[in-house]
Amino acid sequence: MQSIGDALGLAFALVLSGDPDLLEIVLLSLRVSLTATIVACAIGLPIGALVAIGQFRGRNAVLILMNALMGLPPVVVGLLVYLHLSRSGPLGFLGLLYTPTAMIIAQTILIAPIVAALSRQVLEDLHTEYADQFRSLCLTRMQTVQALLWDARYSLLTVGLAGFGRAVAEVGAVIIVGGNIDHLTRVMTTAIALETSKGDLALALALGIILLVIALGVNAAVQSVRMTAARQAYV
Amino acid sequence: MFDAATMGSDPSSRTASLTAGLDLVMRDVGLRFDNVMALDGVSLDLGATGCTVIMGPNGAGKSLLLKVMHGLITPSSGTVLWAGVHPKDAMSRQALVFQKPVLLRRSVAANIDFVLKARGKNMARRDDLLDHVGLRHKANQPARLLSGGEAQRLALARALATDPEVLFLDEPTASLDPASVLAIEKIVADARDRGVRVVLVTHDVGQARRMADDVVFLHRGRIGEHSPAAAFFREPRCAAARDYIDGRIVV
Repeated sequence: MQSIGDALGLAFALVLSGDPDLLEIVLLSLRVSLTATIVACAIGLPIGALVAIGQFRGRNAVLILMNALMGLPPVVVGLLVYLHLSRSGPLGFLGLLYTPTAMIIAQTILIAPIVAALSRQVLEDLHTEYADQFRSLCLTRMQTVQALLWDARYSLLTVGLAGFGRAVAEVGAVIIVGGNIDHLTRVMTTAIALETSKGDLALALALGIILLVIALGVNAAVQSVRMTAARQAYV
Repeated sequence: MFDAATMGSDPSSRTASLTAGLDLVMRDVGLRFDNVMALDGVSLDLGATGCTVIMGPNGAGKSLLLKVMHGLITPSSGTVLWAGVHPKDAMSRQALVFQKPVLLRRSVAANIDFVLKARGKNMARRDDLLDHVGLRHKANQPARLLSGGEAQRLALARALATDPEVLFLDEPTASLDPASVLAIEKIVADARDRGVRVVLVTHDVGQARRMADDVVFLHRGRIGEHSPAAAFFREPRCAAARDYIDGRIVV
């Protein structure tokens, strides 16, 4: 059993050596999860906003569904995407299985409900504050949604961060639809799973530490933006 | 003419007067929350110009009355018509400044820009509006860091950016210092002098004396008195109003 100390040493050595394989894995992880986060925000934020300001029959059922979808098991999402993208599936002709695009699709499905549900809460709270003023100004629904999204921008950054955190950390979906193919679809989490199964715990831990540092760095950056905004009372 | 059946059934009556000034006719308006009548049998006629001050103790229903007039709250009974049209159809010709200004999480200038753009107004008017309320020098500052008086002046500028024919003000100077109160009163008086119909809710008897053309005294959801300001302050007919003006506690 290798020690945590060995793993830390290896992690630093790997980073300092500028190992191109490692860099490739880290960059692919970031590319897949960031793209999924952006697409999930493009889908989830408008849905969150419309549910936040909407008064319609069945709204409570929609809220329950949105909250339930936040807990989608990654392997189930992976399996569903796999079934659709596999050669015999309805989207098999696209030839996307075992590509980064398939991983992006799976992660988007996984985190779009998180973005929608969390942003709904944020935007509903803001709308409670603005509702009478916006009605008095006779704003259209579209103007209201746009204004809420813009005024909640710093809070929504945290929502996006929650989605990114979930995407970059999950392994179940990307390993099913990506296949953990070296130099093609291997990301940090699938590499960690592989190295662990091979018994190379030091390398697995080293990758884990790098993943944690990236997560910490992204969180720190977002927190710093939020603090700057809070000083201007924009949060 | 003022029964509930007439109000909603004739579309032409709701749009016919959209180009004339807005005078208000309220008939027997009631607003019920659970089993409590927050407004009860309110009938009121207001002309298309001037400044009406609504006074009354806390809980009398002043702010609710303002929101019913503006169309933000639909009354449980009775009719409200602005120059013959439903409040919701007249809302775009009116503006309301809330007691606690609702400012967007943007700069002072962006708060004005937002309204000008949303309402399709000339964006070049922003600086004039900020000049008018004395906030040009704070244009780039975050709106929510303004002092209470400045925030209320920005809310007023934003309301005026919509070119309202009717301006509702819900205790706009509550808890402000005298200088801020006077600054806001001057802006409101300017608007009234330019023909904007002002409806002002206030607890401040001094302010009512300075601003009012006529006074509506509301007590326990009912209109205790509606009189020209001079007559109201000289000899109020309603006992509760008399006590209120004299500084005695009215509940």
